[in-house]
Amino acid sequence: MADITRQQIGSLLAKQGILIAFVAFLIGFTIANPKFLTPDNVLSVIRSSAILGVMALGVTFVVISGNLDLSVGSMMSFSTIVVLDLHDKIGPALAIPAMFAMTLALGALIGFLVGYLKLNSLIVTLGMLSAIHGLTLTYSGGKNMDIADKEGTWFSVFGQGTALGLPIPILMFVAVAALLGLILSRTSFGRKVYAVGGNGTAATFSGIPRARTVFMCYLISATCVATAGLIQASRSLGSQNTVGQGLELEVLAAVILGGASLLGGSGTIFKTVIGVLILGFIQNGLLLIGLQFYVQFIVTWVIIILAVWLDIAAKRGKLMSPIA
Amino acid sequence: MKPGTVSTALKSGAIWGFIILELIFFSVAGEFLSLSDKAFMDWDNMLLLLKQSAPIGIIAMGMTIVMVNGNIDLSVGATFAIAAIVLLDSMTWPIFAGLGDWVIPVAWLLALVVGTLLGALNGLIVWKTGVDAFIVTLGAMLGYRGIVFMFNGEQPTSHLNWTLVDFAEAEFLGLATASWFLLAATFVIWFVMAKTVHGRNAYAIGDNREAAVNAGIRVGPHMMINFAIIGFLAALSAVVFYSESGSVNPNDGQLYELWVITAVVLGGTKITGGAGNVIGTFGGVIAIQLLRKGLGHIGADTSTVNLVIGLILVAVLVLDRQLNMKGKEELKV
Repeated sequence: MADITRQQIGSLLAKQGILIAFVAFLIGFTIANPKFLTPDNVLSVIRSSAILGVMALGVTFVVISGNLDLSVGSMMSFSTIVVLDLHDKIGPALAIPAMFAMTLALGALIGFLVGYLKLNSLIVTLGMLSAIHGLTLTYSGGKNMDIADKEGTWFSVFGQGTALGLPIPILMFVAVAALLGLILSRTSFGRKVYAVGGNGTAATFSGIPRARTVFMCYLISATCVATAGLIQASRSLGSQNTVGQGLELEVLAAVILGGASLLGGSGTIFKTVIGVLILGFIQNGLLLIGLQFYVQFIVTWVIIILAVWLDIAAKRGKLMSPIA
Repeated sequence: MKPGTVSTALKSGAIWGFIILELIFFSVAGEFLSLSDKAFMDWDNMLLLLKQSAPIGIIAMGMTIVMVNGNIDLSVGATFAIAAIVLLDSMTWPIFAGLGDWVIPVAWLLALVVGTLLGALNGLIVWKTGVDAFIVTLGAMLGYRGIVFMFNGEQPTSHLNWTLVDFAEAEFLGLATASWFLLAATFVIWFVMAKTVHGRNAYAIGDNREAAVNAGIRVGPHMMINFAIIGFLAALSAVVFYSESGSVNPNDGQLYELWVITAVVLGGTKITGGAGNVIGTFGGVIAIQLLRKGLGHIGADTSTVNLVIGLILVAVLVLDRQLNMKGKEELKV
């Protein structure tokens, strides 16, 4: 009897552990500081998580397909710089599609290398991290990029505007999450992504176009990155070349926290959203109870390892690893 | 000649061929483009290059054994920063006030112990939880960096000890102190990987963990030792570098993991484990530093360096795949 209970607890933890932890966090922080769960605070947390969140949604596809994307940070810097530069040269209406096209071209290149040439995604995207950073610096000449007329442009709407009483970045995050969630869970393409990540060889033998599926995942990731760059550029209307530096690992942390396996084949958009929100609320909650900003890094470290550990411990039925 | 000989020879020698190409290219291009009168292949310039390779190079030796082992360590940059802070700050602690210059070996030892322990902690977590090393060290990268920032906020930590600076700037037989440490680290890890049981086990585990377990190798402690080694080397890299500079910013060492992994992969170590050696890694480290210096020599800025190194990394991967595909049946997709 005791065994059954323990198994049930184990499987509950495995399936909904991250959600339970999230709720526990919310309750804990609310008790510590009642300001934590006020609508204003919640909105500001989600709003500041939106950029990271949109990127994490795209990377979820890549991770489920069994690959990694370490280039999203420098790619986001690239799209931010490009759209700010083109804004003054050809106007915002043309700058946005031009920036999307350029970012998608980079995504297509990575997708080609990883999908069709079957190169190791970790090294390819590591190389692209460096290469795209160099490309951005070459493009901007190393200078910060600023929009000349910050007051008179409608471009700021994506980062600073509101609609239906909600900030636009949140609405964009929700919209992208809903769209990608539908694609992943309700279309045949979504099922192909899981199949390719779960067992690539089996997927190939079942007639699933593995290369094209991986390629598409990187295109989706690049689209999300471009969207994040748009929000970032519009929010600040000026930017350094390194605005996205280091984000690739935070994004990956959010995706892993959501329970996607790095081996591929598992993860959902909903769980990634939870992962993003956990990171955002932890950061905010720790600040509200008066801890230093940097404590969040240490807490994130512990949470990532605990989350993945409990996940695999529940799957193998033992807490400690069987490695001798 | 057995099939595959050419590709093997090409691959094992490729990094050195690449280095020679770089030397020729930058020497010739430097004649036309360089602003300085000095030749690129100047002896002093090459010695300086070796010295400048040391911080990345020392860590890369540890990364080689960890990657051959089938793991990866993304936290080395943060470990590097923590060790630097321990080194510089401990020299000002009141309990060591009476030691005079004997505080230097104490501070070195403290920094090295801290680095080793941080590495071992990663290894212990990988061993006991079974969580992938990528995730464990990704988390540690954030966590260790958090510790760095908590220590002194955004402020740099500085302490100059002139005896230590003299030691770090000293030259012995024409080579700088840092270069000696790089060569020593290369030799020791080469010896460990090529001549000891521990080294052979590293290859065995990286190649096929199941088989290694069945052969009676204790995989867990073995991996933990390798993580301790890379932690130690990250700390060693920091103490060598900061003995000279005397000031550490909380952001120092960021992206080191990427540079180190790039050097190791260029040197021919397989990211999936089981193959690679430190001589190749040494070549990879030199190749990257040559590229940085050479591009600077012909007047290119840092942006070009990033661009070129990234593209070379991808190109190496494509080339490697082409060479490996010869004679192998490919699954048609």
